[in-house]
Amino acid sequence: MSDSPVDADEVRHVAELARIDLDREEVEAFASQFADILAYFDALDEVPEVEQEADLVNVMRPDEVRECLSQEEALANAPETEDGYFKGPRVS
Amino acid sequence: MAELNAFITEETVESDADGPLSGKTIAVKDNISTEGLRTTCGSAMLEEYVPPYDATVVTRLKESGATIVGKTNMDEFGMGGTTETSAYGPTKNPVDHSRVPGGSSGGSAAAVAAGDADLALGTDTGGSVRNPAAFCGVVGIKPTYGLVSRYGLVAYANSLEQIGPLAPTVREAAELLDVIAGPDDSDSTTREEGADSNYAAAADGDVDGLTVGVVTDLVEGADDRVVEVFEDAVADLESEGATVREVSLDSLEHAVQAYYVIAMSEASSNLARYDGVRYGVSASSASGGSEDGRSESSGVSGGFEGNWNDSFARSREAGFGPEVKRRVLLGTYALSAGYHEKYYKKAQDARAWIKRDFDEALSEADVLASPTMPVLPPKLGESLSDPLQLYLIDANTVPVNLANLPAISVPAGEADGLPVGLQLVGSKFGEAEIVRAASAAES
Repeated sequence: MSDSPVDADEVRHVAELARIDLDREEVEAFASQFADILAYFDALDEVPEVEQEADLVNVMRPDEVRECLSQEEALANAPETEDGYFKGPRVS
Repeated sequence: MAELNAFITEETVESDADGPLSGKTIAVKDNISTEGLRTTCGSAMLEEYVPPYDATVVTRLKESGATIVGKTNMDEFGMGGTTETSAYGPTKNPVDHSRVPGGSSGGSAAAVAAGDADLALGTDTGGSVRNPAAFCGVVGIKPTYGLVSRYGLVAYANSLEQIGPLAPTVREAAELLDVIAGPDDSDSTTREEGADSNYAAAADGDVDGLTVGVVTDLVEGADDRVVEVFEDAVADLESEGATVREVSLDSLEHAVQAYYVIAMSEASSNLARYDGVRYGVSASSASGGSEDGRSESSGVSGGFEGNWNDSFARSREAGFGPEVKRRVLLGTYALSAGYHEKYYKKAQDARAWIKRDFDEALSEADVLASPTMPVLPPKLGESLSDPLQLYLIDANTVPVNLANLPAISVPAGEADGLPVGLQLVGSKFGEAEIVRAASAAES
């Protein structure tokens, strides 16, 4: 059994953080599956600290205006638009 | 074609360019953007999504003269190993219609195996090219991270995934890799290696003097029938002049755990873009909807009268299937306060350890060998009920993605009439060596 217990409340909390509604059956199924999966992940406790690859470098390019999608193309897949903008629900 | 359900969208895009793939037909996995051609990622979320631009690999296919014949079925957003999590129904294995083709690039492998396309592109995040190649009896290559541009690939786990070729033979897979490999200004993780590649020339079958390291950790857990075919394939390489030795990598015990923590964490971030506003299923237009009927109460398109978070959450409930929800939730959990150190940080340590172990093993051997999949292709419907068991069949493929290395799956023979794949892993940008070794192993 995992030392990070997962119950229905925990699943609902994570679903809220992830912005995914779940129905009751999903919450129950996930609670039991997550317990198994997280118990399996707990074996990562045995992994020693390992020095990470240090030779990574940033790849930069000049910040220049380049050809890009037109406003019309960018909006083409949106379910709703208004006056050339995406239309969404109220933010608060 | 329809019999196998290998394609989500069948549409022909001709190219009038004269190039190395002129006259060849190619199937493209449905998470690779094709301008003007629907790209669903196997998800209901993107059922109507039509990309406004081509992925770099698609541009290169068109320039090479290839004719695209359609977009292939896949596990939703690449999350699965059987193509059964697709919102468009499972693909059947052409070798045995009662079995899965593997995944997540199951449609691509099935299309090539059935002859519906000469070649195909898949994507490999934790084995998604090699797994279906093995299960369908074709060749699949997962390139070194950075060899092939990911521009226009719909992201699942950026640090792990590469686009790779599927083909009936090693030489044809290498020819397709030559077309798509090389640097791209639109993907800053691409490298110069591969710019003027000629991997196809390496398919000469000459393994005289090559050292093959058998990764014992990845053989021990496999089905006996798979091991028997694998051992015969290795013996063949030895008889053709290769030196065979055994290697063991202690870190591999933690590969599946580390892989899933990292892949799910990256997925939880990447899939945050599906809010039902810029593309995808809006809360009100969602077909299916929530089973308790909450979505029906949102009568206004986009849910404008509600608030952003509620609308967002309803859109995602309706648009994502169970495996995608599971991974996004577990990834959110692994990154959340209090668990980040325990899961994500430890998974990164395991990843660094696995890279180091592979470097050591590859200093003693030119290529490393194992069965591609530890099992024979499962029956349709057999694997979905237990997600953890499904994750465990990725044991032999995920280490390669964690280590950023190239690997190929080549048909090694059959057991009980079903294909078995031999996996050969090479050093970073050592595609020529794995192509050479695989061409010798080809029956």
